[in-house]
Amino acid sequence: MKRAGFTTRWLPILLLLPQLLIIAVFFYWPAVHAVQSSFFLQDPFGFGSSFVGLDNYRDLAGSGEYIKIARFTLLFTVLVTFFSLGLALLLAVKADNVIRGARSYRTLLMWVYAVAPPVAGFIGLLMFNQSWGPLTEMARAIGWDFKLGVNFNDTATAMVIVSVWKQVPVNFIFFLSGLQSIPKSVREAALIDNRSAVGRFWDVTFPLLAPTGFFLLIINITYALFDTFGIIDTLVKGEPGNNPMTLVYKVYVDGFRGNDLGGSSAQSVVLMVLVLALTVFQFRLIERRIHYT
Amino acid sequence: MAQISLQNLRKIYPNGFEAVQPTNFDIADGEFVVLVGPSGCGKSTLLRMVAGLEDITEGSLSINGRQVNNVDPADRDIAMVFQNYALYPHMTVRKNIGYGLKNRKTAPAEIEAKVQEAAKMLNLVEYLDRKPSQLSGGQRQRVAMGRAVVRDPALFLFDEPLSNLDAKLRHQMRIEIKSLQRRLGVTSIYVTHDQVEAMTMADRIIVLNGGQIEQIGTPAEIYHAPASTFVASFMGAPPMNLVEGRLDTGQVMIGDGIALGNAEGTGPVTVGIRPEDVELNDQGSLMFTVDLVEELGAHRLLHGRLAGQPFTVHVGKEVVVGAGDAAVNIKPDSIRLFDVETGAAR
Repeated sequence: MKRAGFTTRWLPILLLLPQLLIIAVFFYWPAVHAVQSSFFLQDPFGFGSSFVGLDNYRDLAGSGEYIKIARFTLLFTVLVTFFSLGLALLLAVKADNVIRGARSYRTLLMWVYAVAPPVAGFIGLLMFNQSWGPLTEMARAIGWDFKLGVNFNDTATAMVIVSVWKQVPVNFIFFLSGLQSIPKSVREAALIDNRSAVGRFWDVTFPLLAPTGFFLLIINITYALFDTFGIIDTLVKGEPGNNPMTLVYKVYVDGFRGNDLGGSSAQSVVLMVLVLALTVFQFRLIERRIHYT
Repeated sequence: MAQISLQNLRKIYPNGFEAVQPTNFDIADGEFVVLVGPSGCGKSTLLRMVAGLEDITEGSLSINGRQVNNVDPADRDIAMVFQNYALYPHMTVRKNIGYGLKNRKTAPAEIEAKVQEAAKMLNLVEYLDRKPSQLSGGQRQRVAMGRAVVRDPALFLFDEPLSNLDAKLRHQMRIEIKSLQRRLGVTSIYVTHDQVEAMTMADRIIVLNGGQIEQIGTPAEIYHAPASTFVASFMGAPPMNLVEGRLDTGQVMIGDGIALGNAEGTGPVTVGIRPEDVELNDQGSLMFTVDLVEELGAHRLLHGRLAGQPFTVHVGKEVVVGAGDAAVNIKPDSIRLFDVETGAAR
């Protein structure tokens, strides 16, 4: 195939400029700024800043609280990713088998997709309301005195539940379309080769869903790390106190509540490196390995 | 090895469409039966009902005397070859072929031996470690065959297995499948819309149209004594000539009193004549007007009119003819008569 080219050098640059400008203004500039301010200690009232080198990073590594939050974030991410992928896969497989009224089931299952994270958090607040929340009452029925915002573990549970609930529809849509792209005859061939439905799922359906699954894995890790901010903020009502929080929320709390811009910037840089590593992992390992056709 | 018996087998889809009308036939042990018909005639539905991929609305299906209406496809002791091969894209050829055995609790050493044997039979040995995406269409077709052969099932089902191949490969695979089936002696049902495949491969052909059986018979029976005008025009390339005629005073007449032969009865009738049953003969009693000559190398097809009606004549390559009138004779006893109303043979 012949590659089309530009006659002048300036036209392509001109055409790329708006996009580059947006990336520069909204990503590179703040990123550079964050890296820069992570080496400074700012005056809380904005009167000045002094260069402190790697002190902000050293403080992070030495902070028991930061390590504890990092541990919680890891656990939170694993739980949210695992349950939102698992539940979505289960629902997608079941919805894919439904013949009658399939469309209405699918619409109902996708609905939550349209809910914004803070709204999801607010719905979570209502569901876990101390005096009349239905989920609190259900917990009480099995002898669990559920105290949102008071008990660390209870709040963490609520965060995981609401985050999973919010993410399941996205995964569901991808898994369902992944399932429907598996040729019908391949499934029928498996039907003749293997009498066990569970066996057929793990031997044929699941491997063929793997490309979708790995893509969703990265999406879900990113979601749990970053996009759950709104849910967490709503559930702890902006005042985390002793409640659990994730690394991203800690950046916000330290930077905008604690006015520790340097420390908060150092945390952002740590997260940035994490995302970078995740992206490289996705492109290098996954995009290359899991393709069949 | 197995005998198959279909009794009043019927398929009605939830939307009320009757895809297969109550159907009866038996297949003998080791027989190769071809279901042939135009698209939408119910042949694939019938095959899928035998496979267990489609529910049976009514009737009874037995394999070796055991009713299998409600038996899982995996427990019917059948193997199926699909139109688009339906290979597992993430498995190597070896795993594709061995998957059915693995799920039947066969020992790994035995699986490997059987896979090797099947691969040798199908010239696949050097491709065993490849994925289906690295194979050509013909090779994928062989893998699909291997997957069926390796299990040594009671019944092979073929759902238009050659329709995705090019003409040359199709011809080759046709012969391979037929000889493989001969060698293994496995009862087979083969679905196709291609009448050449049906004629060349079948022990018995079942011609389907609109969800019902038009005719069951050997290829020769179907070809020489079609049970209806549908079968006459569907089987054979070019199809049987069907011309309007009438029965009068013990004669079959077409056009302005041209007698073709003797037959009892009176009234209008459809006259069927195979293109190769007509001879060009200077002393011939019939006048055939050639409009177009189709050159096919080994023979020629002359398209034109006989007694004012469209007609095709098949002649050998040594017969040289151009457009214009030619005298012809019809071979004795080659005329088939069909009812004008129902299309059934008389």
